[in-house]
Amino acid sequence: MWSFSKIANIIHEWLSQTFNVTWTTIIEMVIAGVAVISLFAVLGLVLVIMERKVSAWMQIRLGPNRVGPKGLLQSLADTLKLLVKEGMTPNGADKFLFNLAPFIAMMVAMLLLAPIAFAKDFQLWDLNIGVLYVSAISSISVISILMAGWASNNKYSLLGAMRSGAQIVSYELSAGLSVLAIVVLTGSLQLSEIVNSQANGWWIFKGHIPAIIAFITFIIAVTAETNRAPFDLAEAESELTAGFHTEYSGMKFALFFLAEYANVFIVCAIGATLFLGGWMPFHIGNWNGFNNIMDWIPSSVWFFGKTFFLIFLIMWFRWTFPRLRIDQLLNLEWKYLLPISMVNILLVTAMAILKWHF
Amino acid sequence: MNVTEILFWILSALAIASALMVVLSKNPVHSVLWLIMVFFAISGHYILLNAQFLFIVNLIVYAGAIMVLFLFVIMLMNLNTDTEPQKNKWLKVAGVVAGGCLMLVFVAALKSSGTQQVQMGEGNIGLIENLGKALFNEYVLPFEISSVLFLSAMVGAVVIGKKGD
Repeated sequence: MWSFSKIANIIHEWLSQTFNVTWTTIIEMVIAGVAVISLFAVLGLVLVIMERKVSAWMQIRLGPNRVGPKGLLQSLADTLKLLVKEGMTPNGADKFLFNLAPFIAMMVAMLLLAPIAFAKDFQLWDLNIGVLYVSAISSISVISILMAGWASNNKYSLLGAMRSGAQIVSYELSAGLSVLAIVVLTGSLQLSEIVNSQANGWWIFKGHIPAIIAFITFIIAVTAETNRAPFDLAEAESELTAGFHTEYSGMKFALFFLAEYANVFIVCAIGATLFLGGWMPFHIGNWNGFNNIMDWIPSSVWFFGKTFFLIFLIMWFRWTFPRLRIDQLLNLEWKYLLPISMVNILLVTAMAILKWHF
Repeated sequence: MNVTEILFWILSALAIASALMVVLSKNPVHSVLWLIMVFFAISGHYILLNAQFLFIVNLIVYAGAIMVLFLFVIMLMNLNTDTEPQKNKWLKVAGVVAGGCLMLVFVAALKSSGTQQVQMGEGNIGLIENLGKALFNEYVLPFEISSVLFLSAMVGAVVIGKKGD
């Protein structure tokens, strides 16, 4: 049967027979880069149409239904529109930083793809501290937002960027702590080992209530970190026009938009890897027949299924909760989420030492 | 030249060029952003040395936290050439002399250290397992004391921040 790891191995063998080691590495890097870029293009198209359909479904309306069958080509048409639009740079802006910021946002999102296991044995870079890598790189994304907000030379943009900075820096704490809960249970920071430790059950089932609490805090924190409603104060339309990307138009705006969706995908992929077992199929104890049927489903389908379920969850938040005020947002993090996740990590540590998990 | 060497030269050139730009750029926000570039290049060197944990910590602490704080403060202060008082010429000369002295010390220290071959991509002291063991076995007391120091700094910051009430 064909699988991602098999295709990767065939390509690797063919390349190493034809070229020497240096060229093989370089060509493989180029292939990985092209694959990442095309994955992002497809993700952008799929997630935009998904968001619009989900929002329409939540609000009992039809959503886009003109372009293509059932409106499925709508996001393609939107992309075409954004591509041919003129990308304006305001006169008072810091031109270099203004044009650089959207690319930084995209680069950060692309770097985050490196340690994610998309299928069995299919991973770009299985470094031994994958979890820390993700939290480190995702903290860089705030720099691109601050850059965009400051370089626009616009009060709305600067305020949006400042809010976003405060938000990302504070929610990083509880996201990190809830990720640490799983690290404590697994005893490893390597994403492939975390996935392998869930072969006999996902952590959300094996870890009892503390794992569920960690999962909930993780989802809330990453929703805030990706600047999505109900935490989208950085671009609150009713107060700040469009926040940090007020002055952006055309393709540069589209890059910010794409980076947001890519970040949503990545945090959901991390959530799926840590709590829902990544590419591990769903198994129930000793039901061998059931387990064999589940094993028959390809690992990539499991991974993308779980990831898209979490993405749907985050979209669900967006279209059902009203936006928080800035003081409510910071209270939620510092007075509720952070203490809860600190106590939770103590519980998880006790559980891991006493071996109470399955 | 293999890939490691090519990467080493690219990263070194990037680090030195960005470090120069930190000093040379007129706008303080640009300086901070170039400093972030320097940290990235140095983190790349850590990866080449197989010190992945140091790479991550360098990014989290410097590029992720400290530099974001710098950016916050500098962006909020809105430093411009026309609003800021310009330093006089002698101060600049004094700065150059002080910096030159520091460089002299560094060069002297490097010269006396002798040449050592660094093996790229090998060695495992920078991996989190070995680092953790070293920190919690050999250096557990200094480690705990320094964490108390951080706590006291944090309490101090809160006390100063609360002064207005």
